[in-house]
Amino acid sequence: MQAERLAGNVFVWPAVLVVLFLSIFPLIISLYLSLSRFKFVKGGFEIKFVGLANYKKLFLGSQQGHFLGVMAGSSPVGWLVFAAVVVLLLWSLVRYVRSRSLSVGGVVGRVVSTVIVSTGVWLLVRTLSAGGRPGTLVVTWIYVFVGIAVQYLIGLGLALLTTQRLPGRRFFRVIFLLPMMITPVGIAYTFRMLTDTDKGPFQPIWQALGLALYSWVNDPWGARAAVMIGDIWQWTPFMFVVLLAALESLSVEQVEAALVDGANRWQIFWNITVPAILPVSTTLILIRMIEAFKIVDIPNVLTNGGPGTATESMTLHSFITWRALDLGGSAAIAYVLLFVVTFVGMSYVNLVRQRVSEGQ
Amino acid sequence: MSIKTLFRRKSLSGPSPLGMVFSYLVLGAWALVVLFPLYWLFVTSLKLPIDVNTGPFFVPFVDFKPSLHAWHYILLGDLQNDTIRPYVTTIIVALTSSVLSLLLGTAAAYGLTRFEYRPRVGAVLTFIGCLVLAIVAIVLGVPWQIAAVVAIALFVLLLQTIGRRFKRSLANSDIAFWLISQRMLPPVAVVIPIYVLFQRLHLLDTRTALIITYLATNLPIVIWLMRDYFQTIPVELEEYAAIDGASRYRIFWSIVVPLALPGLVATFLFVLVFAWNEYLLALFLSGADAQTLPLTVAAQNATRGPQWWYMSVLILIMIVPVIAIAIALERYIARGLLVGAIKG
Repeated sequence: MQAERLAGNVFVWPAVLVVLFLSIFPLIISLYLSLSRFKFVKGGFEIKFVGLANYKKLFLGSQQGHFLGVMAGSSPVGWLVFAAVVVLLLWSLVRYVRSRSLSVGGVVGRVVSTVIVSTGVWLLVRTLSAGGRPGTLVVTWIYVFVGIAVQYLIGLGLALLTTQRLPGRRFFRVIFLLPMMITPVGIAYTFRMLTDTDKGPFQPIWQALGLALYSWVNDPWGARAAVMIGDIWQWTPFMFVVLLAALESLSVEQVEAALVDGANRWQIFWNITVPAILPVSTTLILIRMIEAFKIVDIPNVLTNGGPGTATESMTLHSFITWRALDLGGSAAIAYVLLFVVTFVGMSYVNLVRQRVSEGQ
Repeated sequence: MSIKTLFRRKSLSGPSPLGMVFSYLVLGAWALVVLFPLYWLFVTSLKLPIDVNTGPFFVPFVDFKPSLHAWHYILLGDLQNDTIRPYVTTIIVALTSSVLSLLLGTAAAYGLTRFEYRPRVGAVLTFIGCLVLAIVAIVLGVPWQIAAVVAIALFVLLLQTIGRRFKRSLANSDIAFWLISQRMLPPVAVVIPIYVLFQRLHLLDTRTALIITYLATNLPIVIWLMRDYFQTIPVELEEYAAIDGASRYRIFWSIVVPLALPGLVATFLFVLVFAWNEYLLALFLSGADAQTLPLTVAAQNATRGPQWWYMSVLILIMIVPVIAIAIALERYIARGLLVGAIKG
């Protein structure tokens, strides 16, 4: 009976201990590194505590242009977007304060999120308007949001098509999984071959378009597009396979009943399919988001972060800083990334996922 | 033949001819997108350096004369040992770490869905505080044995006094979020401390180090996928078994695990692919002895520039085992049971 009472602990502790063993230690050491300067001296190294200097350098100092980007002068459209977002945020805040279920933690949390989100939007608007240059922070956001949106839509479309009764659909299902199996480094090198406008397979097309001497390396948005295409190619299968499984388990009876009632395809999709795959989708997007923020292999191999720093993601920025032996600066970038991902992840879980599971 | 079967036939029959043409066009187009890079890898693996460097050639025998020199070099020639060893290492590391993370992760996921854990905030904070103190002490030069003993003593002491004051406790969802949040720190930040850790344990450049690391990085994913899956298994079955006198372990092993087999298989596939392809951690933790295949691929970008032909061969032979496993396991995924694995 003793063993029986301990069952709960026996199940959960081994996993928690393993994760703890390899996570808490790096977490604390990196935090300490991010607050210090690392230097090689004779016969070893020296770690000097410098407080928040590494962070200051990123946000205000010499690394600002690299990390946050170059701010452009305000354009009317930019201000309009910014104002609209702020009004929207404030409106939801006011609505929450007026509602019945009020708690101190809830108010503080929402105020903090409002401030953070508005700052983020302000940064986006300023760096992306003409004359500005997005830094690694903004570029990472672009990769994550564009990448996930496109992957999800393509994945969903393919999954919907392969759940139809088509001859040969199993063939397509297996084929579509392939990109996920290839090592990211390998994919990065493969795309370097493919995007070569001189010796790559699309050379005739470039030639015909008069772009034979065009190089991705010279155009920031072209280079970013190349990175995103590689990322989308690699990760659409993940979305595809999970959504496929979700669609396969849809109950046929419900669809039949709707058909009897005279519903058309579009109505069935919106009222039956979408609600059924919504919970799956939210978890799927959360997992992909966490991984997508860490994108490094493809920009590193494909463009090496260039032209300039146009395709550098935060992880690559951290990696390059690390290679320059600035361990403190590297850890500081990693910690900012951790903060961003945690913030986005927690907001996402609180806002979207809980609402969806309550709705079930 | 009732009306019902008639409708069933309607809903289960294939799409209209026009819809079918459209579907095949889209599916074919994406299949082309997926397969073309692989085809290009294959073609490149048959090329001599001069064929790669003088422009695009598409079809072997027509555009250029194919050669097996790269395959020969990687599989039989000079590089043979440089290929076989990483291959074996990758297989051992990926399989062991996936199986282990599946074992531990499934148990934890089951615990998190069927038991209620209430770790007190006070206890957690005390633990973190003592750990930070211990690490700071070690960094400042205190021998780690002394630091550990002092920290444990302090932890027990504080837990009995201060830790009990805080009555608020965390819930299962907090534990789950903590676990997934362990994947949020980029590997670049994690890798130096882990490097130092394994250096101290004298495990650098061993398969054990890689297995432990991949185990820890994969556990959160297994726990999240399996946790959501277990939620879809009805509790009643387990309750009947409990009434019949089966122990918790017995219920887990003989009822829950078999029911969750499809979810397990799908999760295994994901985890295996992650461990099989991981690059950055392996780069730091392994040297000549425990090199894995992604490192071998990257190593083809040597001082003479990328050796595309060798690289293509390596990438291709690297996918083969994973595809074989995926095809063998595909029927479980196609059965539509993975769904539960993700349902929130």
